[in-house]
Amino acid sequence: MISFPFITVIILISMGFFALVFKKNLLKLVMAIHIMASGVNLFLITLGYRQGGVAPIFTNAPNLNMVLPTVQALTLTSIVINIAIVALMLSLIILIYHHCGSLDTRKRKLKQ
Amino acid sequence: MSKIVKTITSLVSLPIIVFGLYIISHGHLTPGGGFAGGAIIATFITLLAVAFGKEITGRNLSKQLLLLSESLGILTFIILGFFGLSSTFFYNFLANSGEIFGRTILFGLNPGYINSGGMIPLMNLAVGLEVFSALSLIILLMSKEND
Amino acid sequence: MLEHCLVLLIAVPLLAAFFTPLAHKIGEKLRNWWVLFSLVSIQFLVLVLAKNVIGGDIQVYTLGAEFPSLTSPAGFPIRIILEADAIAVFMALISVFAALVISIYSLRFIEKYKSTDKYYALLLILTAGMLGLIFSGDMFTMFVFLELLSIASCGLIAFYVHRGESLEAAFKYIVISAVAGLMILFSVGFLYAQYGLLNIAAISSALEFTFLDIVALVFLVAGFAMKCGAVPLHLWVSDAYGEAPAPISAILVIASQVSLYALFRISFTLFGALPLKEILGWLVIIFGVLSMFIGVTMAILQTDIKRLMAYHAVSQTGYMLLGVGVGLAVIGNTSALDAFGITAMEGGVFHIMNHAIYQGLLFLTAGAIIYRTGTKDLNKMGGLAKAMPFTAIFFLLGSFAISGLPPLNGFASKLLIYESVFRFSPLLSIIAILVSILTLASFVKVFYLAFLGSTPAKFQKIKEVPKSMGLAMGILALFIVLFGLFPNIVVDGLVSPAARALIEQFQYINAVL
Repeated sequence: MISFPFITVIILISMGFFALVFKKNLLKLVMAIHIMASGVNLFLITLGYRQGGVAPIFTNAPNLNMVLPTVQALTLTSIVINIAIVALMLSLIILIYHHCGSLDTRKRKLKQ
Repeated sequence: MSKIVKTITSLVSLPIIVFGLYIISHGHLTPGGGFAGGAIIATFITLLAVAFGKEITGRNLSKQLLLLSESLGILTFIILGFFGLSSTFFYNFLANSGEIFGRTILFGLNPGYINSGGMIPLMNLAVGLEVFSALSLIILLMSKEND
Repeated sequence: MLEHCLVLLIAVPLLAAFFTPLAHKIGEKLRNWWVLFSLVSIQFLVLVLAKNVIGGDIQVYTLGAEFPSLTSPAGFPIRIILEADAIAVFMALISVFAALVISIYSLRFIEKYKSTDKYYALLLILTAGMLGLIFSGDMFTMFVFLELLSIASCGLIAFYVHRGESLEAAFKYIVISAVAGLMILFSVGFLYAQYGLLNIAAISSALEFTFLDIVALVFLVAGFAMKCGAVPLHLWVSDAYGEAPAPISAILVIASQVSLYALFRISFTLFGALPLKEILGWLVIIFGVLSMFIGVTMAILQTDIKRLMAYHAVSQTGYMLLGVGVGLAVIGNTSALDAFGITAMEGGVFHIMNHAIYQGLLFLTAGAIIYRTGTKDLNKMGGLAKAMPFTAIFFLLGSFAISGLPPLNGFASKLLIYESVFRFSPLLSIIAILVSILTLASFVKVFYLAFLGSTPAKFQKIKEVPKSMGLAMGILALFIVLFGLFPNIVVDGLVSPAARALIEQFQYINAVL
């Protein structure tokens, strides 16, 4: 049985993880974190789906067969946290570019 | 930026703000709420910064004012939680009680009354103000110096 | 009033943190007094809570119900529930005490930099994040406060924006923390999909140990081990602790120990009824032994004083993992548990408190040296004992405590670990004693290079550190000596109820359901 959302989740998380380990540009690391976060958010929302359900809002709803609302609250919180993390990482990248002149992870200032 | 972008920006700015305020204030009836509405109003500031440049945008809406409104927004949120401390923290003492936002609502499907929900619309307004200030501050601080 | 202590411990630091920029606009002295006043009141609240919980029974708090202990109005727990048992109160005492001492130290250390109001606001948010993680009763609240902790720490590590090294260290830290948080959220999704519950007590009484639950356990252990700096996931520790300002390194140690507490909460309470817990126990023991050995061998080679202390922090984390891992491995076997398992866990838990105190003191003395001389390289220092006698005495006390020499507090907790681990497996105990000897060797080297010998020409005119910094270091040194001379008071009063609260998880579950 093919369930497309879960396969998309696996593809997104593995793409993000591959880029995090093997790529050398700092901006690509930030994009990799963002793609992995999107994969986990999609996983959380897909868990709440029920067959034939409508949005879990009482205002003008057609019937009472609704999808789960708790995972939607978890996903919204996770999206907010990831916005803060990505904003922080991008600010650090701007300052690192001022100091080092390049966005390559091989040109570091910290010695071992 | 060219003349077309500047004209469209000034035409479309008012519907963006009104739409954002609609999403914030109907947070207890339709999807959205404080965070989504605040992010929509912050796109207005981003559009101004892209079309007109960072200095003109920062002339009337200075960074000190944005810092002040961000602190006020989140302080309001936490202090609203302290009001219900006679029962517990974050207790919704205004719902179903007849005062502001306090209409009694029965469980089940209804056409949606804005005068319900208790503390939830007030907290949505506080969160909307705070998110708008924080995201605008991030965009203004990360823009380049020379446009 | 005292039933609201739990939630006030999380709300008051957040309120104080967001009021600090407004106080800074009025004046600097007002801001300093505001920060110290809020931390002293939080300390008072923690002491009141500790007296209630350790003498009596577990306290719960439901956010948003009619009265605080209405956890399950319909048979299953709803709403966000905070829960305080003996080990949670133990960790909270350490965190708040450390935050208070560090803010006293920072009054003079930070004052010549520009954005000091943001420093104090982030420090208070860090305290709120630690207290929220300790007291949370369900998995998702733990995740939210863990991310709050990571973001606030990253902002503080990158405090010296004029140096490129701090920015690189902060970037490494935030990437590792983001990946750890995503792993934890992934496993929370697994657990919610199977049981429809997020509360720790409710999940642990409904667990059926299918294959997906074991996958969730693996992701949770990996995520929390990344955050606490166990080997092989320790590569961010030396950069982050080495490039942060000195008081921030001291509080980052405590933030890592709070992640260690979360790991114990998962192993002992959430998966409490797991069959074959020896496998999980041996995994924790292997992490501990690797951390001890690799930490101390990397530390001997360093020439930068704060990177050296950072590697020693990794090595001491291995002691805590070893002690509690031995307790976890024998928890099914009642006779072995009574003979040496409880003692091993008491040693591991007592070592958390001792490590916080002496590692904090060592980082603060390193900060004092950097404040007066302006350099971090050991090869450029020398002969500072004549000019800074108090700093030299505090450094000597800290290095004797970390090596486990009697009569200081390191000896008390390490003796508990050596004795009990020897009865479990003699080889592990021999490795632990060897690591202690290597620790003493590396600190003798640091003391000789920094404090003895001849003074270079440019350091002839330096003075002793200011009084507030000396007061902070003196408080920590006093506790090192007190805990070393009278360890039985601390162990019977604080550590033993904490170790028992970890083992008997049915009390935790019955308080909520």
